[in-house]
Amino acid sequence: MKLYEIAHSRTGDKGNISNISLIAYNLDDFATLKEKVTSEKVKEWFKDIVEGEVIRYELPSLGALNFVMHDALGGGVTRTLSLDMHGKSLSSALLEMEI
Amino acid sequence: MKKIRIGSGAGYGGDRVEPAIEVMEKGNLDYVIFETLAERTIAIAQQEKLNNPDKGYNGLLEYRMEKVLPLAAEKGIKVITNMGAANPLAAIKVIKEMAIEKNIKGLKIAAVIGDDIYDSIDDYMDYDILELEGNLSTIKDNIVSANVYTGAEGIAEALKNGANIVVTGRCSDPALVVGPLVYEFGWDYSNISEIGNAIMVGHLLECGGQITGGYFADPKFKDVPEPWKLGFPIAEISENGDVEISKVDGSGGIINRHTVTEQLLYEIHNPSEYITPDGIADYTNVVLEEVKENVVSVKGGTGKERPATLKASIGYKDGFIAEGEISYGGTTAYSRAELAKEIVEKRLEIIGATFDEIRFDFIGCNSLYKDSISSSMNDFNNVKDVRLRVAARTKTKKEAQAIVNEVETLYTNGPAAGGGATKNIKAIVAVCSIFVPRENIKTTVVYEEV
Repeated sequence: MKLYEIAHSRTGDKGNISNISLIAYNLDDFATLKEKVTSEKVKEWFKDIVEGEVIRYELPSLGALNFVMHDALGGGVTRTLSLDMHGKSLSSALLEMEI
Repeated sequence: MKKIRIGSGAGYGGDRVEPAIEVMEKGNLDYVIFETLAERTIAIAQQEKLNNPDKGYNGLLEYRMEKVLPLAAEKGIKVITNMGAANPLAAIKVIKEMAIEKNIKGLKIAAVIGDDIYDSIDDYMDYDILELEGNLSTIKDNIVSANVYTGAEGIAEALKNGANIVVTGRCSDPALVVGPLVYEFGWDYSNISEIGNAIMVGHLLECGGQITGGYFADPKFKDVPEPWKLGFPIAEISENGDVEISKVDGSGGIINRHTVTEQLLYEIHNPSEYITPDGIADYTNVVLEEVKENVVSVKGGTGKERPATLKASIGYKDGFIAEGEISYGGTTAYSRAELAKEIVEKRLEIIGATFDEIRFDFIGCNSLYKDSISSSMNDFNNVKDVRLRVAARTKTKKEAQAIVNEVETLYTNGPAAGGGATKNIKAIVAVCSIFVPRENIKTTVVYEEV
């Protein structure tokens, strides 16, 4: 199963840090997200892109996880060479992850 | 119980104007906020001000105010905005002149200033830069702007003194909401939890349509009705801290648990510590409830005491970005694009091109996620519409020019049937941050009246 089948996501940027929320459509699936989508797994998935650490925060009442990825945006929106300067499309990449 | 209704009129500098008018006309608002400053916007605005001391405010100020001023006067809606950017004083003069021209009377227009610390930047040379190695002196000669993220105090003061329109420079985005709430409910900074909750409301509203179905639609998974006429959000805040997010009936878009959660976590790091000049908001215990169609109740935002330091955003010149592109189509498109890349690499070697960093993308294959994720989704050799993109960062414009030329010359010297070559060079204004003691920063309020 791919993550997009049970969750949705949005990316935000601050400097060279990207954060990606992962939100269960159905609150019952939060436990699955929490178990399967670890910070280690996300770091490995984004290994070509994220140079720093990945920290995961849990928001059970919202059925959501928030991944904060350091050194993730090629220097940040003002100086990155990425076509997607803000990394806005990274949420869609996370949702392609197989669990 | 006293309730205040605040609408959003803009989520970024260039945002749509009709939804702002719609929310002012039909939203039964007490306040409307226009958030128009991204991290780098103010550095660019400072350069405009340098070229012309009467400019440096948001480029759409006049366009927006043309419609907003008469409505604000007619309906008694107070306007709070950071459209002042690098020059709030010039912005309120423009607004005053527009009001006179429209024969609008009885408006008090306030500019909140004090965020601009460029003139005293020498005092901060030994301050460490958050994003870079070393202290501020390492980029001294390239600095073009320095603005502190200020809080809501100046806005609340202006409202207390009867302002109808409040224009700021680099205040924090949520302060646009915290200011009116502090004023209306008579809070001070000992109301830590209330202010934390108000910061959360500001965060929910500050991106305009991003909570009403913008930046959200994904057909069949997350459908959004009529996104071409997306309504902007309204927050109704009760004195006890209860919040309801809604939009004008008949507008496009959608508000539900999913849109609110996505926006609540947008650009958030630790959700128990969202740091702003007015306080540190805590979203850990937020609970959402869909009250009825397109109305979501948000409860449980709290906070911690405001920080001792304020973040200053420093704009500095950081060289150039060179970007060249060319497209290939058909069954062998990817292999020709790969050959084109090899040719450019060899050419850059031959001419002795210099750069700090270079990147090659195949648009259509791997330009968003690089190779490991992209190749798991897609066999590049099956893509029949591929665009090579070469991007490099250089110290000088001349170096950038040499690189983009080597992409363009692929037309007559490169693989078969390369089309649509483009080249682009831009000067980089980058931003970095330092933290300055709160007591160094004093905001003041200046008024114009008609």
